[in-house]
Amino acid sequence: MLKTRDDLIALRKACMEAAAKETQKILICAGTGCIAGGSLAIYQRFQELMAEKGIPCSVELDNTPHQHVGLKRSGCHGFCEMGVLVRIEPQGWLYTKVKLEDCEEILEKTILKGEHIPRLAYTKNDIIFKKQEDIPFYSRQTRLVLEHCGHIDATSIREYLAVGGYSALEKVLFEMTGEEVIQEISNSNLRGRGGGGFPAGRKWAQVRRQPEPIRYVVCNGDEGDPGAFMDRSIMEGDPHRMLEGMMIAAYACGAQEGYIYVRAEYPMAVERLRQAIAQAEELGLLGDNILGSGFSFKLHINRGAGAFVCGEGSALTSSIEGKRGMPRVKPPRTVEQGLFGKPTVLNNVETFANVPLIISKGAEWFKSIGPSNSPGTKAFALTGNIENTGLIEVPMGTTLREIIFDVGGGMRGGAQFKAVQIGGPSGGCLTTEHLDLPLDFDSLSKAGAMIGSGGLVVMDDSTCMVEVARFFMNFTQNESCGKCVPCREGTRRMLEILERIVAGEGREGDIELLLELADTISHTALCGLGKTAAFPVVSTIKSFRDEYEAHIREKRCPAGSCQKLKRIVIDQSLCKGCSKCARSCPAGAIVGKVKEPFAITEACIKCGACIQTCPFGAIKEA
Amino acid sequence: MSQRYDSRLVDQIIDGHGAAPTAVIAILQEVQEHYRYLPPEVFPQLAKRVGVSEASVYSVATFYENFSLEPKGKYVIKICDGTACHVRKSIPILERLRSDLGLSEKKSTTDDLLFTVETVSCLGACGLAPVVTVNDKVYPAMTPDKASELLNQLKEENANA
Repeated sequence: MLKTRDDLIALRKACMEAAAKETQKILICAGTGCIAGGSLAIYQRFQELMAEKGIPCSVELDNTPHQHVGLKRSGCHGFCEMGVLVRIEPQGWLYTKVKLEDCEEILEKTILKGEHIPRLAYTKNDIIFKKQEDIPFYSRQTRLVLEHCGHIDATSIREYLAVGGYSALEKVLFEMTGEEVIQEISNSNLRGRGGGGFPAGRKWAQVRRQPEPIRYVVCNGDEGDPGAFMDRSIMEGDPHRMLEGMMIAAYACGAQEGYIYVRAEYPMAVERLRQAIAQAEELGLLGDNILGSGFSFKLHINRGAGAFVCGEGSALTSSIEGKRGMPRVKPPRTVEQGLFGKPTVLNNVETFANVPLIISKGAEWFKSIGPSNSPGTKAFALTGNIENTGLIEVPMGTTLREIIFDVGGGMRGGAQFKAVQIGGPSGGCLTTEHLDLPLDFDSLSKAGAMIGSGGLVVMDDSTCMVEVARFFMNFTQNESCGKCVPCREGTRRMLEILERIVAGEGREGDIELLLELADTISHTALCGLGKTAAFPVVSTIKSFRDEYEAHIREKRCPAGSCQKLKRIVIDQSLCKGCSKCARSCPAGAIVGKVKEPFAITEACIKCGACIQTCPFGAIKEA
Repeated sequence: MSQRYDSRLVDQIIDGHGAAPTAVIAILQEVQEHYRYLPPEVFPQLAKRVGVSEASVYSVATFYENFSLEPKGKYVIKICDGTACHVRKSIPILERLRSDLGLSEKKSTTDDLLFTVETVSCLGACGLAPVVTVNDKVYPAMTPDKASELLNQLKEENANA
């Protein structure tokens, strides 16, 4: 139990010394992705093999007198596609797609002899990349918030202390007043990373000003946007940094208790946070009179139960209170009457994770990264039809082109870039004309899109944009909480129209009707979910109106993706009349005489079975 | 294979969280973890213990997607249909699982209570798309064929258990 500032400094020094004794390290990625690839079994195998071979190994930082190999379960490296990832230090080598069978070779060659194993390295265009930082996916990133993800053991507070952890908390508790902390955050121009981009310092100042003495700090870890997993990786990979950010916010705003709301789909994030809170409590970094400073703070975890709308502030607090997660009318705003009716600071995971950095390195340093009106970095989840899927972090203001073609390695299979969906179901589509647009809060809202929480789903020319709009509308319709009629009923009607269009039953005037409904919903809904529900439809109509028209007028899907609009034809010049296709057709829709060209009738159900069976390649989708 | 309702066990769960209205969601989550659904008996008991109306507990249970009032299968298979999985073709996997098990959108659990098939909006494992989970174990980069294979594996596992 740490009772004073000096205790913390002494413990941190001990952890740093223990870390220095680990002359070599094996970091096995224990993010959700790599665990699915079997990384925990690999971790275990390393442990067994090292015991067998008598290699001195440690799994926790302790003050053993001799040098040894550190074996760590790290957070997500973000390069999930290449998992299981194993990082070797001090060389900084990254081994990809590591299997159980590779463990022995890694120990024999790399750990004992210092030899590199080219077979396990990332290779692109015949170039072998030894060091993780040289791989193009990483070399173009600026990892600040994610700096520890993949580099320290995510399950150990001692590891966090060994990289200087909780020194920002120490600084605010003993060197700064609450006002000074808020001033520093305001000066840094840190804007909320959850999507809205509201200045964090201003929010904190508003809470601090409230006359009510009981206040709360709430962390929004309800990362519900499909295709986004930045917050998950922070919660799983560097949980203490987020806790430290929350503690600093609580100190600055005079809050005594905090809540972390994590969505139910992230069981591992919950587990890591629980563990981190228990570790911090044990050391006395959470609890009463922290380090003798007089500041007390407790943290609780609430698990979501599967409602997207709970990402909205007032719905989230209502869910923590044990009620239905439905948004309420504002004002009063959350900063005045939030959780349990008390003033509440509500920020997202990534926002809190930025705070210790700003306190340690200063607002001026923070402002030197990215554009001055939205400084710092942003983590994005890069997914879809792209070569390098994964978690990335780049300075605000980086262009889409740099993200997709430099960091992301371009389109998967060399396909043609068509659009990128940004900001999830509340966001919009950006197309080729936006490729050089700097990604920051203001530039995007000018372009009619939003950063959202940071999901980037890249789509190639085989993706039908009407279908994408239908997909998002289906999502929003499902997740509409039902409180406001325009959102509850309007999204359903919009979904019906979109379903009709992709089924080839679109009518003249459907586009106009969609736009009219969209306009009504966005003007009359109460919360962010409803206000933005129609964005994906409006934005795809704006950029891809011709695709909508092709579906409606020509009953044709230009991307060739809508099943019901597919047409399968037999090339008469290639057909030899073998009758194989007619025999394979489950609907009996292929007719003809043997040794003469066959034909497909209206009874076709477009299953495509005939395409595979034709030995002459005469049957095609048109 | 539905378990008998045990009111003492539910009382223990309630005590573990503290009998307060704010704990309703956490209590329901733990009850569901135990029974794999919310047995009807839980509503009057929980309402009485925490001092809210039965309707209010019911309203919470029906609001959140994760709560189920119907018994679920031993293996709950979730197919991620988040954006990233969707564009990498998750629906054919769902269709295959449903057709292999004789399930549909309306009927999500097999009669022998062995399998439940449902979709989920995003599991946040987009780098591994398309993703399927079975009782929270993640299976990455799925295809319809791999899904059929997985079903066979699970059936075998169940037969041997």
